Amino acid sequence: MMRIECRGIGKFFGAHRALDNLDIHAEFPHTLALIGPSGGGKSTLLRILAGLEVPDAGTVAVGATELPRDEAALRAHRARSGIVFQSFNLFPHLSAIENVRLPLEHVHRLPDAGPRALAALARFGLADHAGKKPAQLSGGQRQRVAIARALAPEPDILFMDEPTSALDPEMTAEVLDVIASLRQARQPLVLVTHEMGFARKAADAVAFIAAGRVLECRPADAFFTAPESPEAARFLGRILKY
Amino acid sequence: MNWRRWVIDTPRAPAHPFAGALLAMAGGATVTGFCYLALAGATRNWEAVWGYRAVFWKGWLLTVGIALAAMAGSLTVGVLAALARRSVILPLRGLAAGYIELVRGTPLLVLLLFFFYVVANSAGWNDRLAAGVLTLSLFSGAYIAEIVRAGIESVGASQLESARAIGLTPPQTYRFVVFPQALRHALPPLAGQFASVIKDSSLLSILGISEFTFAAQQVNSATYSTLESFLPLAVGYLALTLPVSWLSRQLEHRLRFET
Repeated sequence: MMRIECRGIGKFFGAHRALDNLDIHAEFPHTLALIGPSGGGKSTLLRILAGLEVPDAGTVAVGATELPRDEAALRAHRARSGIVFQSFNLFPHLSAIENVRLPLEHVHRLPDAGPRALAALARFGLADHAGKKPAQLSGGQRQRVAIARALAPEPDILFMDEPTSALDPEMTAEVLDVIASLRQARQPLVLVTHEMGFARKAADAVAFIAAGRVLECRPADAFFTAPESPEAARFLGRILKY
Repeated sequence: MNWRRWVIDTPRAPAHPFAGALLAMAGGATVTGFCYLALAGATRNWEAVWGYRAVFWKGWLLTVGIALAAMAGSLTVGVLAALARRSVILPLRGLAAGYIELVRGTPLLVLLLFFFYVVANSAGWNDRLAAGVLTLSLFSGAYIAEIVRAGIESVGASQLESARAIGLTPPQTYRFVVFPQALRHALPPLAGQFASVIKDSSLLSILGISEFTFAAQQVNSATYSTLESFLPLAVGYLALTLPVSWLSRQLEHRLRFET
């Protein structure tokens, strides 16, 4: 069981209040999906859980550990977590395998970094593309390399921020297949997504976030069948209309 | 025949296929004519200058040494100043900004005279060569600082975020992510700056350092043959600067990647 526990999280960007006294208590076997309207704060919450941002107020716990506030300890948390971004963020001057090997070699200092990097690429069907630079890969392949890079160090938990938003429908399906396969591998995963059909099928729990607060956090089936909050009902109604 | 086809070259209306060859031939003829005038003129005095070939050679070697030392020096100074310019420590940032602006606003000749005759002399420091190389390094370092800074700033915020996400420390981020990408952006202007260092080393002759230009001036005053003294001088500098730009093009090609 993976546990996420936040109490009274506040986060400001200048005068903009991204998160407003947010509470969340989630326990889920594999996958937690963060959904909600744009600008509602789901990406900010994910970035705080991943240790990329420090909240202005409140406490955060991921798994058994409460997140520290100082940069060096947060870096250790990020090294134990995998993070995948919407726009892949691969290093353009390094080949696919060098992208995967870099953290294995210099953050985790593993003696078998090379073979492990190759195995991680092979796991996502990228062994033939190991020597290619990101610019030579398709969008779906790039995102799979990014997922391989995040998973190669065997992180405690994987965070994904809208991993398919920059992809066309076919590549989206290709990447969603990969994410669904992580479930079989029992990889704990928190993802921000706009793919409601996918969230319903692949997530165990769903947190609905709007206006900087978590309005609902429930099992995916229950949430999608009968949302409790009027905001969530309106949001789903509008999205499922087309 | 339409003369425009031999002169104007655009993607929609390309120049005549032989226009480039014609241009090369015209250039070759000009150089050949110049060489003929230089070598075959009745009043030319190449024998007298040939006698001083050892002076030229020693001067050229010293110029190579000065240029290499100043390139290494200015690269070190430039990278440090660029990092200081981006430092979180405010006085360090101000110091770097002041250094860069002051040096870039002053002619090298003035810096050389001031540093040697005012600063070095009052400090009792009489090594002209070391003072000259140091001044040249500090001068060129200010330009390299701006080149390096622009290169570092060309690396996008998403790259820095990605480096944080995988757990790299700030020094590791610079080493594995920022510098390799910054280098590609900085390489063409950096090569230009290195060529400038080679050329600017000629100004060290003002301090009486017997580098290449100083040697040519000596030969000229001894033989009263200006063209014969200064033509080898120009060729000697080109022999250093042309390989630098060729090498930079090779490196640029090797480091190429799409973003």
